Amino acid sequence: MTVSMTDRAPDPVFSEPWHGQVFALTVHLHDKGLFSWPRWTDRFGAVLARHGLSKELDGGEDYFAAWLETLEAMLAEEGAASGAEVDRMRAAWEKAYLSTPHGHPVHLA
Amino acid sequence: MPHDDPDHPHSLLPPDPALRVKALETILTQKGLIDPAALDVIIDTYQHRIGPKNGAQVVARAWSDPAFRAALLDDATAAVSEMGFFGRQGEHIVAVENTPEVHNMVVCTLCSCYPWPLLGVPPAWYKSDAYRARAVREPRKLLSEFGVTLSEGTSVRVWDSTAEVRYLVVPMRPEGTEGLSPEALAELVSRDAMIGTGVAVAP
Repeated sequence: MTVSMTDRAPDPVFSEPWHGQVFALTVHLHDKGLFSWPRWTDRFGAVLARHGLSKELDGGEDYFAAWLETLEAMLAEEGAASGAEVDRMRAAWEKAYLSTPHGHPVHLA
Repeated sequence: MPHDDPDHPHSLLPPDPALRVKALETILTQKGLIDPAALDVIIDTYQHRIGPKNGAQVVARAWSDPAFRAALLDDATAAVSEMGFFGRQGEHIVAVENTPEVHNMVVCTLCSCYPWPLLGVPPAWYKSDAYRARAVREPRKLLSEFGVTLSEGTSVRVWDSTAEVRYLVVPMRPEGTEGLSPEALAELVSRDAMIGTGVAVAP
């Protein structure tokens, strides 16, 4: 599939809420001094290049998937959030969503 | 939506990456490494306050004010910070001006570096492999797909952005716009014109 270069319809800034959330989290962690921006772009560029070997990335969902993978790897290296911690917390959130009646705010138990 | 919707007895489960981002936010908040309220401010800023209108103001001022144009081309980081536009990654902004001889266009072959303070968050196509590869390999063909046809005598210069240097293209001022105010001129400057994949057009 090729990407249309001529589609001029205005795109939403973030097509999924989590795209904006992972973007903001990264910008904020940089603001807080957790990593330099050149280090971020080097790592992110490497992940994009690796993902781009098996398919042509369209700059949408696949772009933010690479972004999240990069951030998770850097936070694990920094000791800020290990893979095991993220897996546990992700499972806790999934459980919270599945046990909260529809329409109610979702909170961790 | 009714709360007793039989198709959704529980809350709709967000997709996997959304749950992973939520998990990161929770962990980092619990460790005191982030301020969750700051995240909302950043999202709101990029959704509603920072976008190509900022860059269009800069271009319109460069078209209208020769001293500002000279300052912008000399040191864009300083010139745009005077207008209240600051890069949060400490990057330098470089303004490159289109002329009848040279058409400038911008890409980031590494990832998606982009002048956020002036143009906001890049569109998906700017981040796509197709654009990132073809801007370097066949810029004229790519430009024609964007509807930009250059005359034989115009060369194309492609600028590769980095974490440290982001580029703003200053398009040529359209003919017949002599009497327009900077505010009216800014309306003629599209995001694509400032990436170099478009041109500014008279109203």
